[in-house]
Amino acid sequence: MAQIFRKSSNGFARAVIVGVPLALAALVGVLYAVEWSPWATREWIPISQPVPFSHKHHVGQLGIDCRYCHVGVEKSAYAGIPPTETCMTCHSQLYTDQAMLEPVRKSLTENKPIVWNKVHDLPDFVYFNHSIHVNKGIGCNACHGNVAEMQLTWQNQTLYMAWCLQCHRHPEKYIADRKDNFNPERVALKDEGKLDQARQLVKDYHVQSSGVLTDCYTCHR
Amino acid sequence: MNPSAPCSPSCGCAASAPARPALDLAAVRAKLAAAAGGGKKYWRSLEAVAETPEFHEWLHREYPRGASEWPEGQSRRDFLKLMAASFALAGVTACTRQPQEKILPYVKQPEQLIQGIPLQYATAMTIGGYATGLLVESHEGRPTKIEGNPDHPMSLGAANVFHQASILELYDPERTRTVLRAGEVSSWDEFMADLVNALAEQRPKQGAGLRILTETVTSPTLAAQLDALLKKYPQAKWHQYEPWNRDNFGQTTFDDGRTVADYDFGKARVIVSLDSDFLFGHPASLAYARQFAQGRSVVIEASNPLQPTMSRLYVAEPTPSITGTMADRRLVCRASEITELTRWLRERLDTVQETAPEQWRGWLTGAVLDLAQNQGAGIVIAGEGQTQQVHAMAHQLNTVFGNVGHTVYYRGSSEANSVRQTASLKELVDDANAGRVDLLVQIGGNAGYNAPADLDFSGAQGKVKHNVHLGLAYNETAQRCQWHLPLAHYLESWNDACAFDGTASVMQPLIMPLYEGRTAHELLDMLVLEQSPRGAYDIVRGQWQATHPGEGIEKAWRKVIHDGLAASAVPPTVAAAEPEWVKVSVEPPSADTLELVFKPDYTVWDGRFCNNGWLQDTPKPITKLTWDNAALLSPRLAEKLGVANEDVVELTFKGRSVHAPVWIQPGQAENSVTLHLGYGRTAAGSVGSGQGVNAYALRTSDAMGFGVGLEIKKVPGVKWELACAQNHHSTEGRDIYRVGTLEEYRKKPSLEPANTETPGRDDTLYPPDHTYPGHAWGMAIDLNTCIGCNACMVACQSENNIPIVGKGEVIKGREMHWIRVDGYYEGENLDNPAMYHQPVPCMHCENAPCEVVCPVAATLHSPEGLNEQVYNRCIGTRYCSNNCPYKVRRFNFVQYADNEHLTIKMQRNPDVTVRSRGVMEKCTFCVQRINEAKITAEKENRSVRDGEIKTACQQTCPTEAIVFGDINDPESRVSRLKKQERNFGMFADLNTRPRTTYLARITNPSV
Repeated sequence: MAQIFRKSSNGFARAVIVGVPLALAALVGVLYAVEWSPWATREWIPISQPVPFSHKHHVGQLGIDCRYCHVGVEKSAYAGIPPTETCMTCHSQLYTDQAMLEPVRKSLTENKPIVWNKVHDLPDFVYFNHSIHVNKGIGCNACHGNVAEMQLTWQNQTLYMAWCLQCHRHPEKYIADRKDNFNPERVALKDEGKLDQARQLVKDYHVQSSGVLTDCYTCHR
Repeated sequence: MNPSAPCSPSCGCAASAPARPALDLAAVRAKLAAAAGGGKKYWRSLEAVAETPEFHEWLHREYPRGASEWPEGQSRRDFLKLMAASFALAGVTACTRQPQEKILPYVKQPEQLIQGIPLQYATAMTIGGYATGLLVESHEGRPTKIEGNPDHPMSLGAANVFHQASILELYDPERTRTVLRAGEVSSWDEFMADLVNALAEQRPKQGAGLRILTETVTSPTLAAQLDALLKKYPQAKWHQYEPWNRDNFGQTTFDDGRTVADYDFGKARVIVSLDSDFLFGHPASLAYARQFAQGRSVVIEASNPLQPTMSRLYVAEPTPSITGTMADRRLVCRASEITELTRWLRERLDTVQETAPEQWRGWLTGAVLDLAQNQGAGIVIAGEGQTQQVHAMAHQLNTVFGNVGHTVYYRGSSEANSVRQTASLKELVDDANAGRVDLLVQIGGNAGYNAPADLDFSGAQGKVKHNVHLGLAYNETAQRCQWHLPLAHYLESWNDACAFDGTASVMQPLIMPLYEGRTAHELLDMLVLEQSPRGAYDIVRGQWQATHPGEGIEKAWRKVIHDGLAASAVPPTVAAAEPEWVKVSVEPPSADTLELVFKPDYTVWDGRFCNNGWLQDTPKPITKLTWDNAALLSPRLAEKLGVANEDVVELTFKGRSVHAPVWIQPGQAENSVTLHLGYGRTAAGSVGSGQGVNAYALRTSDAMGFGVGLEIKKVPGVKWELACAQNHHSTEGRDIYRVGTLEEYRKKPSLEPANTETPGRDDTLYPPDHTYPGHAWGMAIDLNTCIGCNACMVACQSENNIPIVGKGEVIKGREMHWIRVDGYYEGENLDNPAMYHQPVPCMHCENAPCEVVCPVAATLHSPEGLNEQVYNRCIGTRYCSNNCPYKVRRFNFVQYADNEHLTIKMQRNPDVTVRSRGVMEKCTFCVQRINEAKITAEKENRSVRDGEIKTACQQTCPTEAIVFGDINDPESRVSRLKKQERNFGMFADLNTRPRTTYLARITNPSV
C-alpha cells in the first residue's frame, strides 16, 4: 500500500502545530484590539448633533459654569440636559439670525424638544449617580475630559467596567479638591504628586472603603 | 397587560398532572388526630397532611415534573443543534455596536423638577366611593408607584392591594381610548350633539325620563352637580348602586341612615366580630388594621410587669376571612345563624352557660363575660353581608356594654346621599321596565354584570332609548349601551372625595389623560350646561371656592392639594339614648339546608380589578388560589358529596345555576358554601375575561350577603384546573412558625419549641469570612400583627418591576413574587383550625447557601450583608434556587417582562433593572432605596437615619409588621425588635443566619 503522507507532510504538520496557535493568538489579539479600539469603545469620536453645540466656545472661551446648563449634577443621578429655554436665555438676544440655531428656535416655537445624540451611554443595568461623584471630589473632567477643548463633544474614556473599577479601587488616584470640580483643567492631586494629600482627602470626604465601592450593588441592581 | 406567558390552562402544556386520586379526608383527620400532642403541628394544606405524592413532588422537586425540564419530544441531538445555533447567534449579536441613543430634554422644564429625582404628589383613590389618601411617585411626569399618605387618617401611610395595583390600571392597554357609538369609534362632539337632542326631549317633561346611575358618591363637587341637574330636571332621578354596598349599615332603627358607626380598635380590649372583615373590607380598614395592631402589641404595665396584656378578638363567621385568621377565638357559624348567635350575646351569663346551643356555648360564654368585664373597652361589629337586625343588635350591644363614646363613635356619613342601593337599583329597573326611562346615564360601575340576577338589569336597560355609559373599559354594561364614553383614570383627573371619617380630599392628576378620557364632572357639566364642558379643574376648584369663601383662598387651595386632604373630618357625635332591644323573630333555618355566602374577593374585589394581572397573580390570603374563584366547601360537606378539589359542581340557588370548581376549605362552616364575587366576567379584557365563576348570576336582591336554599350537585367527569400557590415553595423543616398563647408567653417569652437547635456561628463547612464594619441591613417581621392582606406582595411587584406570569405558569410553580405570604394551619381540628400568615422575602442569610453554589459568581455577599443577585452575570443554572432552603429565588423561565406594550413600560421603576428570560432574581431589600438614602446621607455628611430607608413592603404595610434597618445600630427599631425574646430565625438550625427574622405570634384566648 502506498504511503498516504508524503515526506513533505512533516514540514506541513510542523507548520500547522506552530501556525494554528499563532493564528489563534493573533485572532485573540485582533479581537482584543477591536474591543479596545475607539470603534467599540466610542472614545474620542465626536458625535454629530442637530445643533453643533460647542463646549469649547461656551466653556473654554466664554467660561460658562457646567452647572449653568447641567443643573442636576450636584443633586441628582443625572447631570441633566438643559431645556431649550436655557439656550434661549442668551440666544434670544445673541446670534438670533444664525441658521445653525434654527433647531433651537424651532423647538421653542413648536414646543418640541431638541433631539440630541447621547454621547455617554452606559449599559441599562448600570446605575451611575453624578451627584455622589461630584460630592466626593471626582470632578467633571475625571470622566468627561477637558470639554473646554471639545468643539463637538466626545466620550473621553472607555466607560468599561474595568475603567470604573480603577477609581473604585483606588479613589486617591483620581480625587481632587471639590472646589476644582467644575474646572475643566482640574488635575487630580496624585498627578500633582500630592498623593498624601489625596489620601487625606479620601478620609475627609468619607469616601467609602473600596470593599463597598467595588460591591456589585453599588452600581448594579 | 397580557400575562406574558402564552399558556392558558386549556392549552395542555401545563405540567401534565396525573389524575389525582380524591383526597381521603377521613385519613387526613386521623393523621391530624394522631399528631395531636407533642408540640404544635403546623400544616400547609390538606395534601400536605395526607402526604399525597403530588405534595411530595412539590416538596422535593422545587418545580413539578415537566415544569423545569426540556419539553418532551425534543431529543438530546435537537438540544445540541439548538445550542450550537444559539452560541453562533450569541457571537453575532456581540459584533453589533450599541445603537445611538437619543436624549430629549424639556423645552420648558417644570418648576421644582430635577431630572432623575422623582417627585411625590398627594392624591386619593376611592373604592366603593370612599377615599384613601395616597402619595404617588412621579418620574419626569410619569407616575410609577403608589404609597399611602401618612397624613391622611384613613391611610396613615399604608395602602392596600387595590391602591397599589391601581397604577397598573392606569396603564392598562385595554382601557377605552375613544368615544364609542354602538361599538364604533366616534367623538365627544358627536356625543354632545346626540345628548343635546336627547335632553331636548326631556325638557318639557321636566326630565321625567332622565335617570343617572352612579356608584357611591362622596364627592362634594359631583353631588353639587347632580343637585344642579335635578333642579333643572325636577322629575329626573339619581340612583346609586355598588354591588358590595353598605345597605344594612346605617339603615337601622338606631338612626336615619345618615349616621355611621366608627370604631377605635386601638382602645378596645375585647372585639367581637359578627361576620365582619373589618381588617380588609371596611372603607376604614387601613386605619382599623393599624389600630388593631396597636391593641395587639403586648403591653407590659409598670404596675404589673408580670402580667402583660393585649386585646382579644372573637370572630364568628361562615368562611375564613383575614380577620378570622387573627381571631383568638374563632367560631365557625353559618351566616344565616349569626342573627341568632348575636341574640345570645345579650343574655345573662348564666343563661348562656346553661342554655346556649352546645356548639356556641364556649364562644358565647367567653364573649359575654369579656364584654361585661370590659365595659367601655369593647367593640361589637357586624359585617356588610349581615342583616339589618344583626347590625341593629350590634349597635345596641355597644350601647349596653357602655362602648359608645369610648371605642364606638357615631358620626355623619360622608356619602353625599345615603340611599339603600339595592332598592335604588330596583326602582330604576322597575321604571325602565315600565317604559318610564328614556335617557339613562351610567357614571362608572358595571351594573350589567354585577346587578342582582333577579333584577335583570340588562333586560331593563334594553328598554331604555338612550343609554350612555362612562367607564374605564368597554365592559359588560358598556357593550349594551349606545354610547360608551372613556372615563379618565383617577390618576388623570381632577376630582374630590371624602374618606369614611369625612376627611375631604382634592384629587389631583399625575398625568394628562393618556387617551380621550374625561371625568364624571365634565360629563355632568355637559348634561347641565348642554355645551362643551369646562375643564375638571375649573369645576372642582369652582365648587371648592363656593364652599370655602373668604380671603386667602389661593393659599388654602394650594395647601389642600399639597397635603392631600382638608383638615376637616366630621366630628363624632355620641348617640345618647339606649335603643330598644329588637325582638328577633327570625326562625333560624334548619341546620341541614345549605346556604350560599357571597363575599367580595381579596384580589379583584367586586370584579372591577379583574383585568389587573398583578392582582390576578396574587394568591388570595386564605385559599391561595390565583386567577379563579371557587365554591368553598367545608371538608365535611365535601365528604358528604364525595367531591375533591377541582371537581366541578352545579350550584343551584333560587332557580338559577352555575358550574363552579370545588375548593375544600378548612374552617368553612359545614353546610355553607362561599362564592367570592368578581369573577366569571365576559368583557373584562384579555386578562380578566373567562376566569372563574360569576357569582352575580346566583345573587339576588334579597340575598346580597347570603341566602339559604342552595342545592349542590356534582358534575361528573369534569375537572377545573385551579392555580393554587399554597403548596409552592414548600419547605421541610422544623421551627418555621412560632406561636404561643399570652399565658405561654408570660412563662417563656421566647416561645421556643423544645427541640430547637441553635448552632454556633462557625459550625459550618464554609467558615464565614464576612465582616460588617459599616451598615448591616436586617429586617424583622412581626407575625403577631401581620394580617395577611398581601399589600406587601403587590407593593413589591410595583416597586421592583416584577412581571405577571399568568395562570398556566402559576400552575407550574413559576410565580415571580419576591415576597410571598405563606399560610399555615395549626391544630387537629380540620373544621376550625387556627390559621397563620407568614410573609417570606429573601432572608439575606449571612451564611447563604445560594452564594457558594453559583458557578459564575452572580450571587454574592455585600459588605453590608445583602445577598446580591447580579443579573448581568447570571447564566441561569438555577443552582442557587435549588440550594435555597427558603425557596425565595425566582427564575425567568420565559420572557415574562412585557416589553411590547408602551404603556406597561411607562409604569416601570427606572431605578430597577427589567429582567429578561434566563435570569434569576429575588428580593434585594429594595437596594435602590438603600442606595438612594445612603447617597443622600453622604451628600449631607451624616449617617443614614433609622427609619429613613423603608422597603416597599414595609412602607405599605397597614399594621407596620415589617421593620427594616441597620442592625449594627443598637438603637434602631429593627435592632430593638430583634432583641425581643420572641425573635426567631426561620430554619436557624441550618445555621444560615438569616438577616430577616420573625417575632413569634401571641394569641390571647379566653381562659
